[in-house]
Amino acid sequence: MNKPSTPKIEIKDLHKSFGRNRVLQGINLTIMPGESVVIIGGSGSGKSVLLKCILGLIHPEQGSIKIDGVEITNLRGSELEEVRRKIGMLFQSAALFDSLNVWENIAFALIQGQGMARDEAQRTAIARLGDVGLRHEVAMLYPAELSGGMRKRVGLARAIASQPEIIFFDEPTTGLDPIMGSVIDNLIVKCVKELGATALSITHDMASAKRIASRIAMVFEGRIIWEGSTEEIDQTDNAYVQQFIHGRADGPIQMQIQDHFEGLPG
Amino acid sequence: MLSLLQALGRTFLNFLGATGRIALFTAVSLSHCVRPPFYSRLIGRQMLEVGYYSLPVVGLTAIFTGMVLALQSYTGFARFSAESAIPSVVVVSITRELGPVLGGLMVAGRIGAAMAAEIGTMRVTEQIDALTTLATNPFKYLIAPRLIAGLTMLPILALVAMSVGVFGGYLVSIYKLGFNPTTYIANTVDFVQFQDVLSGLVKAAVFGFIITLMGCYHGYHSRGGAQGVGAAAINAVVSASILIFCSNYFITEIFFSR
Repeated sequence: MNKPSTPKIEIKDLHKSFGRNRVLQGINLTIMPGESVVIIGGSGSGKSVLLKCILGLIHPEQGSIKIDGVEITNLRGSELEEVRRKIGMLFQSAALFDSLNVWENIAFALIQGQGMARDEAQRTAIARLGDVGLRHEVAMLYPAELSGGMRKRVGLARAIASQPEIIFFDEPTTGLDPIMGSVIDNLIVKCVKELGATALSITHDMASAKRIASRIAMVFEGRIIWEGSTEEIDQTDNAYVQQFIHGRADGPIQMQIQDHFEGLPG
Repeated sequence: MLSLLQALGRTFLNFLGATGRIALFTAVSLSHCVRPPFYSRLIGRQMLEVGYYSLPVVGLTAIFTGMVLALQSYTGFARFSAESAIPSVVVVSITRELGPVLGGLMVAGRIGAAMAAEIGTMRVTEQIDALTTLATNPFKYLIAPRLIAGLTMLPILALVAMSVGVFGGYLVSIYKLGFNPTTYIANTVDFVQFQDVLSGLVKAAVFGFIITLMGCYHGYHSRGGAQGVGAAAINAVVSASILIFCSNYFITEIFFSR
């Protein structure tokens, strides 16, 4: 009989508020090693806050986050940095450092975190550029000289450069055309598979979610209201999920839209 | 009446909150300035930015200040036949006050705003979050090199401002007001004391710390896109300028009050 392995990420009863706005209201999520989980949900549903809590960028008020069985909500300083060394992150806007060129961006964790020599780090960075389908000439360009798709690819190369055990993807296809979105998704799947990493992505792009995920979870009003495999999501009778994946305006999810023309004559 | 008290109380609480946040930010920043690892490459780059690239601005400000000081002193002192006091007035004013203060204000405008804008842009474009996720402490990588550069480069800039300012006074005194060069230099050297220069250098170091701290603090806490970054740059320059004048008084009090 196989011994059950420790979850890579385990979140229990996570709460976070900003003033009176209760963003996370008891999130529970377990991600096993090698899984690729995608969290879907509308704008303001708490997806990004959840990701920032796991990264230690925001401190939750209540609940537990464990990575490899280690509670991280009470870690600070070098202990937290040690945990972060296991993690790679692709930001929504790529968040490349303006003052560094492409190869320095990709090699950042290698030089600063691992103390790798600059020459060796440059060679590694150029190899990672190849992995995401960019030519080595791009290495000397600065982020301002790149297109949106190239920035995402460089961001992906930076996320995988230190060969992390866990990779987070924050809205990986937002702002890209459908073809480039598909290219990025395929690269994500390829890189995650090659690294054998555990992936957690957040998106509201259903096509992207289905391409990346082995499991999908939906967040609504700070709670996970549905979880299942990629195949199960189309068959579910959960009204929230159905409304979301089909993009219907009518349903249990009510968007807060103020009618500015209400009360005007005519 | 009650609403007035409420407004006063709210303002006072906001002031206390801001003071606490700045004190905490300063303590964390200073602790990273003295703890390894040190990013020598970044410190060097910031020293170049704060020190070398500010030389033209500080030099030009200082030379014209020295020139105007000599000219204005002459018009005043000539009424009392006290023209011989001009070298001493120029050198004391420049070394004790005008060199470090005007130099500090010019650097606050140039560097404080630039630091707030750069760090603020990094904040709103998630680059600071990216630094953190790459297991690099933003205080160590962004803030500490700037503080070290401000603390070390401003005294050097002040020394340049003092020399150039005194030289400006010399030029006007010799070529326009007809002073004897040898007598002017002798008077200047005789009158200036080590304490005058030292107080100017200490002031400059404090101003350098204030300028970079305010630039980093406002940039680090900027919010809300381009408007937030603009506000951070304005707040950095305004708060640094006010703090320069306040601290100038207290340092002067420490050095020269009898």
